[in-house]
Amino acid sequence: MKPAPFEYIRADSVLQALEWLAADPEARLIAGGQTLMPMLAMRLVRPSRVIDIAGIPGLDALEIGAEHVTLGAMLRQVAVERSAALAAALPLLAKAIRFVGHPPTRRRGTIGGSVANADPAAEIALVAVTLGAEVLLAGADALPARDFFLAPMTTALPPGAMVTGLRFPRASAARRGTGFAEVAMRQGDYAMAAAACELLADADGRCVSLRLGIGGATPVPVLLDVATSDRAAVAAALAPLEMLHDPNAGAGYRRRAALALAMQALDEAKAEAGL
Amino acid sequence: MKLTLNVNGATRALEVEDRTSLLDALRDALGLKGTHAGCEHGVCGTCTVLLNGEPVRSCLMLAAQAEGHAVTTIEGVAPAPGELSIVQDSFVETHGMQCGYCTPGMVLTAQALLRDNPAPTREEIVEAISGNLCRCTGYGQIVEAIQLAAERMQRSNTP
Repeated sequence: MKPAPFEYIRADSVLQALEWLAADPEARLIAGGQTLMPMLAMRLVRPSRVIDIAGIPGLDALEIGAEHVTLGAMLRQVAVERSAALAAALPLLAKAIRFVGHPPTRRRGTIGGSVANADPAAEIALVAVTLGAEVLLAGADALPARDFFLAPMTTALPPGAMVTGLRFPRASAARRGTGFAEVAMRQGDYAMAAAACELLADADGRCVSLRLGIGGATPVPVLLDVATSDRAAVAAALAPLEMLHDPNAGAGYRRRAALALAMQALDEAKAEAGL
Repeated sequence: MKLTLNVNGATRALEVEDRTSLLDALRDALGLKGTHAGCEHGVCGTCTVLLNGEPVRSCLMLAAQAEGHAVTTIEGVAPAPGELSIVQDSFVETHGMQCGYCTPGMVLTAQALLRDNPAPTREEIVEAISGNLCRCTGYGQIVEAIQLAAERMQRSNTP
């Protein structure tokens, strides 16, 4: 399996990458390439030009501010995995990152690539939607993650724009608990269903915020509309959602798995928060 | 396109097509056939090489993307011609292979693991090689090989 011929060029700046994208609608960006390379090899995509953004200074930034945590598009998944400061600021992302591919693909794979690719099974996208992150764009205004993902492998990214990072709001509460659960054929394989949960509580143990997201089972990650954490409420929130189906996992299975995983993630978050 | 790659400590000049993967550049342009081509789309891990000491799949990189980085292939792990590294020798000792196709990728992955974590648990070993498929051994002897290599490396340079 070899890609169809293309021209490889390296962008030195975001501006240059945008110019090259504007000049050629058939051009594609390459970040870590862990999804684009197989798609090229299988000739599912045949770009005229492949624009490498790995050398753009600052695009791999990891900024932990008082209000936000900002991850640059070129930040490697392994850098997320290895940052203790990030694990303290975004513990849910730290839990989820270990489910992203395998160690060798996490060394090349990036935050921005995972977001722009919009695979329904992508854990980073699920965490972004669950925590209310914004997708930072160059050539267009930032979009909330929940509005960015439209359908499998389809995003609201305008033509000629590029993803430059993710910005997460920083939660502050006396107590916080997070949970992440996933079912796949093998560890590191595409999730058939996944659930992510962040629970915030005050010093007296009263829940002040519950965020529960589902990915893998649905065409795009979904933040569930739940006011309480009981099983019936979660099942009711899942009921109207469209489920994906394939020969390995039907829609009914995914709905049941999503519910079971949501409860598992919730229980983990509750236990961590001491509720 | 003309490229300059740092492979196994040597600077190598080569000319490849823009679309050429690092895997194909190593095998075809540089004649380093120890890096095996398996699925060629990132699933099997047999083409694993070290990029700046870290395991990556060489089929999931363009050769051009490796410019400016240090690439280590299986040809670069032995201490001297005709010798084996501790990890390679441990794979021989426990027979951590059968057909041998996945072995270069397994050895390089194990090498990087033991550098970062000299005394890995069984779970850590399994996690480290989770991206490398072996269709012969059932992985048992490969895990044993890595455990043996860890013990030997801890004892090396001690009286």
